[in-house]
Amino acid sequence: MKCDLCDKPALVHEVVIQNGKRVEMHLCTEHAAAKGYVLPTVPVMQMLQQFASTGKAIKAQKSAARRCEACGLTFAEFRQTGRFGCAACYDAFMPSVAAIIERAQSGAVSHRGRTPKRIEGQADRAAIRRQLVKEIEAAVAAEQYERAATLQGRLHQLGMKTNPAADPPTES
Amino acid sequence: MSDAAVKTLSDSDVVVSVRIRVARNLAGFPFTGRASDAQRQEVLQMVTHAPLGGAFPNGLAWVNMNQASAQERQLLVERHLVSKHFAESTLPRALGLGHSEELGVMVNEEDHLRIQSILPGSRLNDAFELARSFDQALEETVDFAFHPRWGYLTACPTNVGCGIRLGAMLHLPALRYSGEIERVKRAAKDLHLAVRGYYGEGTDAIGNFYQVSNQVTLGASEEELLQHFRDEVIPKLVDYERTARQMLLEKNRPLIEDKVYRARATLKVARLLGAEEATKLLSTLRFGISTGLLHNLTIERVEQLLLQVQPAHLAQIHPFAAEEENGRLSRALLVRRALGDYVEGSPES
Repeated sequence: MKCDLCDKPALVHEVVIQNGKRVEMHLCTEHAAAKGYVLPTVPVMQMLQQFASTGKAIKAQKSAARRCEACGLTFAEFRQTGRFGCAACYDAFMPSVAAIIERAQSGAVSHRGRTPKRIEGQADRAAIRRQLVKEIEAAVAAEQYERAATLQGRLHQLGMKTNPAADPPTES
Repeated sequence: MSDAAVKTLSDSDVVVSVRIRVARNLAGFPFTGRASDAQRQEVLQMVTHAPLGGAFPNGLAWVNMNQASAQERQLLVERHLVSKHFAESTLPRALGLGHSEELGVMVNEEDHLRIQSILPGSRLNDAFELARSFDQALEETVDFAFHPRWGYLTACPTNVGCGIRLGAMLHLPALRYSGEIERVKRAAKDLHLAVRGYYGEGTDAIGNFYQVSNQVTLGASEEELLQHFRDEVIPKLVDYERTARQMLLEKNRPLIEDKVYRARATLKVARLLGAEEATKLLSTLRFGISTGLLHNLTIERVEQLLLQVQPAHLAQIHPFAAEEENGRLSRALLVRRALGDYVEGSPES
């Protein structure tokens, strides 16, 4: 449809009632602007993308500002150097750390080697299960079903069930 | 002689040495990069004064790296006993060294402890046991940072879990000459192996020596990692190199002979030799011996020379080397003298 005032294509369409009469208006960008219509200068998808990425940026900023309370390392610093500051960083930066480790370790999700003699038997099975269950839930929520299945497999490997009550009692 | 012993000896044409490295951190301290100097000193004190329960009857000698001269530190790098990063650092740090040099422990590297055992040939089991005995002896007195899910905690997430890296220094000239090395590197990547240069991460493969090591340290037990590396990774790479050698000799014998005999001739007559040039030429001699092209010279002798031509070693051996800018004159003299005894009178000369 053409603009009412020129031959350019009309982008603004409006129906107004003037003196009890129904009047249709079709205007091109320039004439619409001249008549005082506020027009978006950027296509809506681009605006939405900008909005979305601003959201992402805010999220990324928040995540980068996360800090390990024990040693003061920020997640941004970890991303920059690839080195943790202390043992507590591993828990401080969960679950991002889990994803990074699993990627670096070709998908391995937990330790299967030996445990130091001095803490052998004290390793907190309940804590491992809680953590794994939490990550399974997060993976399902994010529709990462393959990852959820791998974590579920690890849980079974450790002789644990998703429901803690179903677990055999831990040997003391 | 047992089968295992025969296998160990027969691999020396390709496997120069094997290495086990264990990364550990003391619980309750920030990792080295984040710790204060006072905390680093405390870690140093705890480790160097820890009773080791008689695990090492000959004891360990502790080297204070900040008191060592630049040449002494370089000497340790050339022997692969410390990383370049560790040698160049200025943090409070020390190296514990067993008297046979088979066991080394870097304190305050990227992790508080980098236990390292290097043995010539394919003696992975022995290297593993040596590193493990130190690890366990120390674990009797100090607590290591450990997480029920992630295992032994390390500064870099690529070392977490068992904290063990198994490595081998391989001599792969045929794969390099035949252009297959890039394919091997790609295949190694798929097998989660890291292929690095002569002095480890970020260094070149001088003289066609490559360090191959496992990249995955989580999700498998120490024994499984060892078994995989010993029984699958190393034999596969050894076979690959041997096949390439055979093919090169069958299809391109004059080319290979030319390379080997030219290297020998150059080493015998050169008046000036740079460290890298000497390493490359000696590597070609090593290839000549292992393919039966050179006689009256042993791989062990070439290995010894490969070490002696490195700058810090040369300066220790040759009185004039330190006065020369690059030691090229002294190096050439050293090699000429060494090879004169061995190569003259060989069937091909």
